[in-house]
Amino acid sequence: MQRTPYLPLLVLPVLAAMLLVAPLAADGLRLAPVKDPVVAKECSACHMLYPAGLLPARSWSTIMADLANHFGDNAELDAATTRHITEYLTANAADSAKQNRAVLRGLAPTEVPERITALPWWIRKHERKDRVTAATLARRGAKFKGDCKACHQDAERGIFDDD
Amino acid sequence: MARTIGAAALLLASAVAASALSPAQRAVLDRYVAAAKSDPEYAGPSAERGRAFFFASHAGGKADTPACTVCHSSDLAAPGKTKAGKAIEPMAASIVPSRYSDPATVEKWFRRNCRDVLGRACSAAEKADVLAFLLSL
Repeated sequence: MQRTPYLPLLVLPVLAAMLLVAPLAADGLRLAPVKDPVVAKECSACHMLYPAGLLPARSWSTIMADLANHFGDNAELDAATTRHITEYLTANAADSAKQNRAVLRGLAPTEVPERITALPWWIRKHERKDRVTAATLARRGAKFKGDCKACHQDAERGIFDDD
Repeated sequence: MARTIGAAALLLASAVAASALSPAQRAVLDRYVAAAKSDPEYAGPSAERGRAFFFASHAGGKADTPACTVCHSSDLAAPGKTKAGKAIEPMAASIVPSRYSDPATVEKWFRRNCRDVLGRACSAAEKADVLAFLLSL
């Protein structure tokens, strides 16, 4: 009974902390969308526009170094455009100062994943929860499991809400 | 004599087809025609040959893309679809008048798609034929 007056002192910081943390947890991942018009045009001609923050710089460099065999397709660009896109993607990559590094959790510094869906973070977020079974992909109209916006409709704007 | 009349008819036909082209489209087509003329036998582009080439099933490329129509569909007035599921604007120039106006864009897609579909670069004559066909639609 004596302690009652002290209770708000304990509860208030906890409530404040919950208010700060809860929206972050509920909203899922936020990444900067691609803002460069050349990158936006060239990197969305065949597939959705992936935010640069979905892969580390070493992955982007590796992908951009072999556009003639881009996940099985020829996506060659002239040298100047290739260089421009590589610079943008590496400068805005998941391991750049300006990005949320959550996507790199569990990834060894020596690993160079070329697929976002090969990131330990991605696998933990999706496969353990059966979110990317063949049936789910078919229902969502996704052609492959890297087609983020089949489920995260604002993925190109860097908004990956849990659903 | 027959050869001269044939050539004249061909010139006339291409002039008629070309009349609908924008100056930019004509310039893109002419670049490939000029390159193809390094062969002295070359008699100019043929929309009919272009049509056959576009719809043919080619060997030498990737197994899942033997023909242009795999992604562009057989109805060239309708959108196509990439393997990743994105829509491709219709190929018919009459439906999308901005098409085939930028030489770098046209060459970019020939370079990529010829490798995927045929497993080799297309010749200037083949590109001119395909362009003549698509520009006639």
